[in-house]
Amino acid sequence: MNAVAHVETDDLKVLYQELILDHGKSPRNARLVEHATCTAKGNNPLCGDRLTVTARVNAGGMIEDVAAEGKGCAISIASASMMTEALKNASVATARQVFEAVHQLCTGKADVASAKAMLPTSMSEDVEKLAALRGVRQFPVRVKCATLPWHTLMSCLDGKVDATTEKV
Amino acid sequence: MTALAHKSAPPAFDVSLIRKDFPILARQVHGKPLVFLDSAASTQKPRAVLDAMTFAFENEYANVHRGAYWLSEKATINYEAAREKVRAFINAKSASEVVFTKGATDAINLVAASYGCLALRPGDEIVLTELEHHSNIVPWQLIRDLTGAVIKVVPINADGSISIDAFAKIIGPKTKIVAVAHVSNVLGTVLPIEAIAELTHKFGAKLLVDGCQGIVHEHVDVQAMGCDFYVFSGHKLYGPNAIGVLWARLELLDAMPPYQGGGDMIATVTFEKSTWAEAPTKFEAGTPPIVPAIGLGAAIDYLNSIDRVAAAAHERDVLQYAMVELSKVPGVKLIGTAQNKASVQSFTMEGAHPHDLATVLDRSGVCVRAGHHCAQPLMDVLGVSATARASFGIYSTRGEVDALVAALHKAREVLL
Ligand SMILES: Cc1ncc(COP(=O)(O)O)c(C=O)c1O
Repeated sequence: MNAVAHVETDDLKVLYQELILDHGKSPRNARLVEHATCTAKGNNPLCGDRLTVTARVNAGGMIEDVAAEGKGCAISIASASMMTEALKNASVATARQVFEAVHQLCTGKADVASAKAMLPTSMSEDVEKLAALRGVRQFPVRVKCATLPWHTLMSCLDGKVDATTEKV
Repeated sequence: MTALAHKSAPPAFDVSLIRKDFPILARQVHGKPLVFLDSAASTQKPRAVLDAMTFAFENEYANVHRGAYWLSEKATINYEAAREKVRAFINAKSASEVVFTKGATDAINLVAASYGCLALRPGDEIVLTELEHHSNIVPWQLIRDLTGAVIKVVPINADGSISIDAFAKIIGPKTKIVAVAHVSNVLGTVLPIEAIAELTHKFGAKLLVDGCQGIVHEHVDVQAMGCDFYVFSGHKLYGPNAIGVLWARLELLDAMPPYQGGGDMIATVTFEKSTWAEAPTKFEAGTPPIVPAIGLGAAIDYLNSIDRVAAAAHERDVLQYAMVELSKVPGVKLIGTAQNKASVQSFTMEGAHPHDLATVLDRSGVCVRAGHHCAQPLMDVLGVSATARASFGIYSTRGEVDALVAALHKAREVLL
């Protein structure tokens, strides 16, 4: 990623970079998983955004398919889309690690290198893409938009039904 | 209730002088002049309000209705003087009809719990409209669930207006309470309160008007409007937060049971039984928001000191200008275009979520609200999950509309 400039328009350009806009406009896996083994609804009570995450996890703990469908801002839709791309065919254990890495990226606690170091090397390329989400760290009220799909996925994998952004 | 209007040609209204009264308007955000277009959520405060509150804390502060000493007596006089200012502002018959609350939400909860408990039996109907704020929906659901009453909802027209015929189809012999916004916080629609009151009373029901947005833009005369309850929040009327008003006819306040128990609201207390103070004290349990009430009184003094009719004409001008200019921005769709509307304008931009819009606008110093505006049922009716909303106050200008429009063009570059 480019060095972050201090001018506010550049903050905006980092936040709304091409990759985010692309996923925001044409989200991948915006559907329901067939024969899902778990499902959870995410809700941001502040803005009314809602999404449903469904996944099919096999007996070996592998995520065979994962999808997210709903309404939301460019950030939350892009985050959901990129999440489903990154985690299809990952193990549940890896998914939890990626959640933690993305969370730290979005809240400014980790940079790309340290996020990569938290994960198996097989995820490195995905983390580089997901790092596009870290533009939100300059926009504290928007962090929840980026993390909502991930919280919802965690609820889904934990067998819970609902997630909200009230835990950031 | 009438729109604020001059009989003859309006005098020039110098908004630049008004703006000088509001210290915050001089500041910058993100290195840009503040363009505050979220007055419907909460207005900024004039220096007069800030000074009155500081003066009260620095010179005349003590608890009210308690001390036998001069300072407490002085604080009590100031607190009660604020009540009288509110009375005069809304033309209530008596200051005893003015109950101070934490805000409009608190006031509606008070009426729902207290009057609702008194009036509602299983099968009785509470009538709301599709454009209500959550605070004029949820308290009624709580009392509905306790009493077995039923909620009926009056639909809006496509432009955001509501016709009196729509009320006539729903209000009937089972109706006990009708609760409506005076002005919609999302659509700006001004509701025909007098006609609704007439219909409500024809069936012996009572009318609560949520005046949060109404009192800011309209001339309010509670006696002429014919409603039974009128509520509003101080912080939307250029006053401080943590203060609101419930106005109700004295007969109603006398008949209603207390909402909360505690200090101040009693006449006598023993462990066997307590008796209540008279209204409004009966409904003001505990230490009230003393200085916020004084601040609200100062806001009313401030509004009385300016030409409110000219201010209202100015707001209408800014709204009209905004409606024209926003419509010229590619992809922008105005939401809420009723004939009779106050200076609130919701809109969407094709291909851009309101939250993303608000983020980009913010970096240009432009504050707009984005989201469901505490009116999720209305969003469902409109078929959107959220809107952006620009709302104007006495200090808003055409220049600020220009800044909004410029920022929207920039948002198109960033987001589309
Ligand atoms: C129409 C309307 N009703 C009720 C409320 C609630 O007011 P408060 O939060 O001050 O109690 C608002 C404020 O957003 C409003 O606009």
